[in-house]
Amino acid sequence: MAASSVISSSSFLCKSSSSKKDLGISSFPKSSQISIHRCQKKSISRKIVSVMAPQKDRSPGTTGSVKTGMTMTEKILARASEKSLVVPGDNIWVNVDVLMTHDVCGPGAFGIFKREFGDKAKVWDPEKIVVIPDHYIFTADKRANRNVDIMREHCREQNIKYFYDITDLGNFKANPDYKGVCHVALAQEGHCRPGEVLLGTDSHTCTAGAFGQFATGIGNTDAGFVLGTGKILLKVPPTMRFILDGEMPSYLQAKDLILQIIGEISVAGATYKTMEFSGTTIESLSMEERMTLCNMVVEAGGKNGVIPPDATTLNYVENRTSVPFEPVYSDGNASFVADYRFDVSKLEPVVAKPHSPDNRALARECKDVKIDRVYIGSCTGGKTEDFMAAAKLFHAAGKKVKVPTFLVPATQKVWMDVYALPVPGSGGKTCAQIFEEAGCDTPASPSCGACLGGPADTYARLNEPQVCVSTTNRNFPGRMGHKEGQIYLASPYTAAASALTGHVADPREFLQ
Amino acid sequence: MASSLPTLPQALPSSSTKTSFSLATFRSPFLRFNGSTSFIPSSISLTSRGTSSMTIIPRAAAEESDSNEALANTTFHGLCYVLKDNIDTDQIIPAGAACTFPSNQQERDEIAAHALSGLPDFHKTRFVEPGENRSKYSIIIGGENFGCGSSREHAPVCLGAAGAKAIVAESYARIFFRNSVATGEVFPLESEVRVCEECKTGDTVTIELGDSGGLLTNHTTGKNYKLKSIGDAGPVIDAGGIFAYARMMGMIPSLA
Repeated sequence: MAASSVISSSSFLCKSSSSKKDLGISSFPKSSQISIHRCQKKSISRKIVSVMAPQKDRSPGTTGSVKTGMTMTEKILARASEKSLVVPGDNIWVNVDVLMTHDVCGPGAFGIFKREFGDKAKVWDPEKIVVIPDHYIFTADKRANRNVDIMREHCREQNIKYFYDITDLGNFKANPDYKGVCHVALAQEGHCRPGEVLLGTDSHTCTAGAFGQFATGIGNTDAGFVLGTGKILLKVPPTMRFILDGEMPSYLQAKDLILQIIGEISVAGATYKTMEFSGTTIESLSMEERMTLCNMVVEAGGKNGVIPPDATTLNYVENRTSVPFEPVYSDGNASFVADYRFDVSKLEPVVAKPHSPDNRALARECKDVKIDRVYIGSCTGGKTEDFMAAAKLFHAAGKKVKVPTFLVPATQKVWMDVYALPVPGSGGKTCAQIFEEAGCDTPASPSCGACLGGPADTYARLNEPQVCVSTTNRNFPGRMGHKEGQIYLASPYTAAASALTGHVADPREFLQ
Repeated sequence: MASSLPTLPQALPSSSTKTSFSLATFRSPFLRFNGSTSFIPSSISLTSRGTSSMTIIPRAAAEESDSNEALANTTFHGLCYVLKDNIDTDQIIPAGAACTFPSNQQERDEIAAHALSGLPDFHKTRFVEPGENRSKYSIIIGGENFGCGSSREHAPVCLGAAGAKAIVAESYARIFFRNSVATGEVFPLESEVRVCEECKTGDTVTIELGDSGGLLTNHTTGKNYKLKSIGDAGPVIDAGGIFAYARMMGMIPSLA
């Protein structure tokens, strides 16, 4: 099959999972074959076979024939579309469990909802919509401020249960409801639950796949449709499986793993596909590290990322929600379009060089790159454990940073952790104390901050053509502000090490 | 084909000589669904050619007509603006310019002024000249993974608002493709070959769309390129976007 020709790197083993397993279901083989070929080679005509053609659903268990395996993603989508079976390529109407939107796309989505369903229309379920202002909050930009005001009005009118408002921009702590970066807040507030379908008007909504759910980003128009109907038309994606085994070296983080993978498959390597992560390394990762991994599947073009729920997942989720949920898992005979295997114990810290997340290099290969600043923050690298990691390295090194180092906790909860939790092995110091001793900037108000540039007065925005090592997710031209700025994407360890040397640095210099 | 810059009717092959692909049954959303909320906004102009004039057929009449009958063929004609691979949404519309509310005409003009303003400075030719909010380029040609990055719908909207009608790229990032279809701002078309290496910004091109694909003609070079069928998005575009499609399927009621 084509999959084996796609992957040739020596660091991987790849076995092709052919479509043979689909042959057992007589009513579907045609679309299944086509979809699998389609995702492997683009030259095949993409002409549609059918959209919403009448499909005879029958439970494989009742036919006495071979049971067809499904991947986790296929199972979630089958259940959400009230079907017993779906295969990649099927176009299905899916019931949405949670729709998330924020200050940048929320006004547009609600505007389209009103245009299409009428001024007096009500959303499909005010308890299933989560509105999280986070993008352009601490700015004097009138349009940005207005967007939050518009969302407040919509939420009041529609009686939206979960609206994490902010009114006092001078002091975020005066806003008890305010959370910060939506993808981290969704998890912390218990909106991420195994087996569910979560959509968001933000490409990094895929972060929630860490909880074993289907989560993906959509545009305003699709979101406007979901607001009115609670449904969305989706094409079932084929699944690529990434099996990560081996003990994770102490100097590696999930960010290294996902940059490694994106470097391997490219920024379009998973376009339209699911990336499912499993293996002993994944099982050993914390929830926040799993979120980092799934967060960046969109940087490989992926539709969603997903990790099988386990005790770590259930422990996190059950402490944060009372909503019942039901995890699902890939069948042993499920079809995967490709298998990638890693021996994580052999990997080294990596960065993505400008100007693409797949421009991978070993951190130690870039030690001659002089940098101007370091940024730690965002949905990717601004979680509690990200700051704990940076603080741990600063403490171990006992040195001062050589370049301005900006810290933007993702949420109010993370900010509090930075100021309250003791860093292991530091004799009880908090991250904030260690950061101050190392000469970092004071941790700023929680928001997306400078990860995506934003209005000109955004804290830590790259306003000059500087070189920045950042724990964020994208490094395309202009991403953090200045078009000629150069962004090196890295783990919090690597970012902290780089701050200490003034060059891109390998964290092993300080962590052995 | 003429090697100089022909006028549009001269540039187009007549349908009677067309054998390689059919232009027969591309159905315009305007024609079928003009009675309901117009989903594809006026920024997309569907230019008919030949003898089939662009008449608005009442919805009922359209439903009565044979769906295989050629109602209109879609063509786009104009100057092209050529880009390469991985043009991400920050280059299409920098995040700082995305505070706007694209459904308001004044802000739509503002966002148009920023279309492709995030491109690095080595792009000597601007898509939209400073101080203007319309581009002279109606067709954008790109390489692989066009529109990667953010889910912000401002990206296809700003291109459409600036006057772009269609994009021809080797491949698209998923969300950008979907947003282009859902908003109807630009037609996201895929080429079979790497057209971005063979066209230059400012070349005069024509795109003709049919059910089974399309044809891109570069009149400046005299070369033709096949375009892929729009695929699974076809029925949705055909219906007039996701809302019109859902109304057609009985998923949501029609507006009074």
